[in-house]
Amino acid sequence: MAAENVFFYAIAAVMVAGAVAVVTSRNVVRAALALIVVFAGVAAQFILLGAEFLAITQVLVYIGAIMVLMLFGIMLTRARIGRDTDMTNEHWWVGALTALLLAGVMGYALVDYFGKDKLPHERALTAVDAAGRASNTATVSDTIFSQFLIPFEVVSVLLLAALVGAIVIARKDRG
Amino acid sequence: MSDLMVNQFLLLGAILFCTGVYGVIARKNTVLVLMSIELILNAVNINLLTFAALHADVAGAVFALFIIAVAAAEVGVGLAMVLIIYRNRSSVDLDDVDSMRG
Repeated sequence: MAAENVFFYAIAAVMVAGAVAVVTSRNVVRAALALIVVFAGVAAQFILLGAEFLAITQVLVYIGAIMVLMLFGIMLTRARIGRDTDMTNEHWWVGALTALLLAGVMGYALVDYFGKDKLPHERALTAVDAAGRASNTATVSDTIFSQFLIPFEVVSVLLLAALVGAIVIARKDRG
Repeated sequence: MSDLMVNQFLLLGAILFCTGVYGVIARKNTVLVLMSIELILNAVNINLLTFAALHADVAGAVFALFIIAVAAAEVGVGLAMVLIIYRNRSSVDLDDVDSMRG
């Protein structure tokens, strides 16, 4: 088995274990820490897929920003930091059934359609510039600021709206 | 062709997605439901980047970037809503938020 595959399966096993811990742990903080492991694994998979820029963004935004927000949420809602027996509701089997059905359908469809197809060796998310350097970051930024400029601006407005909205919703002296 | 299969990434994404769906349905604590939603969004990002690599098209990476931005916005607003629910009901149990029940 090639080195890439060894890395993939090692990271994937850790990720799946982390994801299961996120949805089954009785301790909220432990679930949050397991989620960090999953995010880090996703970043590693992005590198395997040849998208370094996205991997760094994943670390900065998810592990750096979103997880801090989550931990603040846990703190501010004073969910008991210790063991909490009642984190899963009595209809958990509906969720398990739905998830298993979904997994079955998606797994069948994927195996049926893609079989043993391989990824191309040149996982070219990179373009080679005039000086002969290949850079994933340059390619992504070139694409954003040419082809996807308007969506990019819309996303900035969305982030601003979310920021203002979050402040308006959460502030105490609501007039 | 490299040794990596398309399917191993797609199936990893599918497993993460289903785990997230289970978490959204089965969890009681609102913050834990938000975490499960993050799992789902990450699964989608893995899929997008796999197809970007398969078709050597950088648009998939750009879309994944947009999803990350939208996820950040969603978590901000979502946690603000969790905070206000907690302030009004001193509980983040989803089962306690039943004033819409007929």
